[in-house]
Amino acid sequence: MDLAVKVRRYDPEAKEPIPYWSEYKVEVDEYTTVLDTLINIREDIDGTLSLRCSCRSAICGSCSMRVNGHAQLACKTRVSEIAPDGGSVTIEPMGNMEVIKDLVVDMTPFWDKVKAVDPWLQPEGPEPEGEYLAPNEDMLHLAGVMGCILCGACVSDCTVLEVDSNFLGPAALAKAYRFVADPRDSQEKPRLDSLRQYSGIWDCTRCMECVQVCPKGVAPMDRIMVMRDLAMNAGFDKEIGARHTDAFVELVSHSGRLDELKLPVKTVGMFNIRAMQSFAPVGLRALVRGKMPPIFHKMLPNVENVRRIFRKLEPKK
Amino acid sequence: MLEHDVLVVGAGLAGMRAALAATEMGANTGIISKVYPVRSHSNAAQGGINAALVDRGDAWEEHAYDTVKGSDYLGDQDSIELMCQVAGEELISLEHMGVIFNRDDEGRLGTRAFGGQRRARTFFVADFTGQAILHVLYEQLLKSEITSYEEWFVTSLVMQEGKCCGVLAMEIRTGRVYLIKAKTVILCTGGLGRVFEPSTNALIVTGDGIALAYRAGVPLMDMEMVQYHPTTLKGSGVLITEGARGEGAYLLNKDGERFMERYAPSMMELASRDVVSRSETIEIAEGNGINGSVLLDCRHLGEQLIKEKLSQIYDIGLDLLGIDITQEPIPVQPGMHYQMGGIKTDVDGLTSVPGIYAAGECACVSVHGGNRLGANSLLDTVVFGHRAGNHAAEVSKGTTQEPLDVEELVGQEEKRLAEILSRDANGDRVARIRLDMGTAMNAHLGVYRDQNGMKEALDTIQQLKERYTTVPVEDKGRTFNTDMVFDLELGLMLDCAEAIAVSALERKESRGAHSRTDFPERNDADWLKHILVTSTPEGPKISYSPVVITQWTPEERKY
Repeated sequence: MDLAVKVRRYDPEAKEPIPYWSEYKVEVDEYTTVLDTLINIREDIDGTLSLRCSCRSAICGSCSMRVNGHAQLACKTRVSEIAPDGGSVTIEPMGNMEVIKDLVVDMTPFWDKVKAVDPWLQPEGPEPEGEYLAPNEDMLHLAGVMGCILCGACVSDCTVLEVDSNFLGPAALAKAYRFVADPRDSQEKPRLDSLRQYSGIWDCTRCMECVQVCPKGVAPMDRIMVMRDLAMNAGFDKEIGARHTDAFVELVSHSGRLDELKLPVKTVGMFNIRAMQSFAPVGLRALVRGKMPPIFHKMLPNVENVRRIFRKLEPKK
Repeated sequence: MLEHDVLVVGAGLAGMRAALAATEMGANTGIISKVYPVRSHSNAAQGGINAALVDRGDAWEEHAYDTVKGSDYLGDQDSIELMCQVAGEELISLEHMGVIFNRDDEGRLGTRAFGGQRRARTFFVADFTGQAILHVLYEQLLKSEITSYEEWFVTSLVMQEGKCCGVLAMEIRTGRVYLIKAKTVILCTGGLGRVFEPSTNALIVTGDGIALAYRAGVPLMDMEMVQYHPTTLKGSGVLITEGARGEGAYLLNKDGERFMERYAPSMMELASRDVVSRSETIEIAEGNGINGSVLLDCRHLGEQLIKEKLSQIYDIGLDLLGIDITQEPIPVQPGMHYQMGGIKTDVDGLTSVPGIYAAGECACVSVHGGNRLGANSLLDTVVFGHRAGNHAAEVSKGTTQEPLDVEELVGQEEKRLAEILSRDANGDRVARIRLDMGTAMNAHLGVYRDQNGMKEALDTIQQLKERYTTVPVEDKGRTFNTDMVFDLELGLMLDCAEAIAVSALERKESRGAHSRTDFPERNDADWLKHILVTSTPEGPKISYSPVVITQWTPEERKY
């Protein structure tokens, strides 16, 4: 089967260092991976193509790149699955990271963020002579997160990082969760206290991209959501994010549907003049375009059913 | 000026363990790796780490005996005893650092069975134990004060008056050469898998440290002992863990027969790796295979066990062959996996050259002798990485840094690299030479060997070394020039290949992984000794060293 591989290139030493495309014609079979293809290109056609790769079996995390627009491990992606009848495949470097050359990106900020969550076990008290006792279910649960190979795919496609490079990002937060959820670690509360701050767990917009692109099923966003719950249960409920969650629950459980007018007000607080002022332009634009939510919010006719659901799910206080 | 008491080359398990030990001892420690530490090949160790824990009714002597027998009596028994004695301690210290080992019902560390051992003493994290430990050591590295040079490639060791005083290294991102001074250098660069094609090893496993030490005059030992793993995926050669057989998977031939019954009636699929690989090779040669492979059957283990304990190979089957191992057997074949030999060291990682240490797969203590037991390699890395780090730190305290002419040394190395970059195209390619080398090594230094084949391989290697001196590098840039890195790696690999072929030709018997059709028997009278190879201006020079025997006299090896 013939395949056209389009690769986004960049040579910082070129006279005019701007990205460009190279296209290569290669032959592939049912089992050829994207990485096999790139290695063939590099070895037989064009030795100037730079990329990182090593294990060829999705454990070292070197070869994340965007394949047809989404971050993937090149070694885990068979060409026949993404281009079943041949045709073409488009390869680009990961997103949200500066390109050094061709498909090689600068991962320094990535490692810095991993380091920023204090990613080491902090047990309390004297070390036991033998191992720490821990339930196997907890370890199996953690194995789901320790499966993370720090490949960067989630960070590449994170939609928050596109607009705010300060966000710790899905990989670092998943790493943080590995300690928050470790029964041997004693710092759950201080960790959550630091993770609830600006650029932490509340900055995720739940777009699901990280869950979708993760090649190891780590589901970073799900871990972030669990940490939000844990943070609120630990008493950290004053953040905008936490208040937004509370307001959301309160409004829906009251009227059966969201009162979009009250949500921002409740979230920031009625007397938070500055925040209230910042809503004014948004409100005006909504008004002009006929998108203003109704001033008088109506309850759902069968609201009692919704309230029953909430009563059932609400943890006993 | 970049300067350290202890500089560790390589950031896999042995390297990070060594660096952590050295920094704990108060040494100013640096670690240098050609990849980000978590990319290291220790990741690929799937099955687990061995330790005989007394409170589980196990004894280190039992573990040591299994290891000695597994080594076909070529392992040094004093080193093996030491490794097995401290195994429990090292295991627990990994757990304390945060490794999420699987547990038993009481919340204590759980075990699984592994090849060549009469007792289940392999501790594990699903089937990604190496990764789980590597990432935890990386966590500890982040916590420490160690200076980490990531994506730097060591091009030479700096020798002065017979002593190593640091390394010359290229920062891959910029292509610039630096000298890093060090009172002691610990080589932890892993194996040399890519000398063979195919191999289970990652593309970065190119024998760098082994060749660097060899070039610096350190003898290499047991280099003829190359392990072929019995279960590597047909085609790509990707590893399928021994843990699968440890959990009870069968090996079947084309008739669906569990053929190991005929070769190792008592241990069956869990006989030691050399034995299973040979049996498979015979089955395939006698026409009992299926397109050059046999089948690994996991179906009867059940979906839950497979997904919980063998999750990675479940994914590998699906991703690479489109086979669901809960429903279908997968085709496997023996494939090059591990180098038992390497840089000759003592139990503290020290080589015969002052200032040079080695630990992990690149070193040869020798605890694996002629054949390594599964899950002993992780143990080797942490035990001897730890000891090398301690010893190097201690020695550095009493050493003063030699004055070095940095500009001169860096200038010379830059000139050497510039010459490689300046070569004109001549129709040859680095990749082609590497493939020719790998193919010859696999054909003639694989599971079965003979004089003619090995001689042919050695001739090929020597011709390839000639071609290597003029092969051009296509990428002429400085920034992240991977083409240049491959060229440098190839030079190092060719030295390793030569050392393997020369040593293998020398050993005129069959022992462990070294099976000769022209000398099919083990011959303790003449060959119960280590073969050493040293680089000299006249070429590789062979010498011998006795095998240390403490309490187990060699006997016939049956499984």
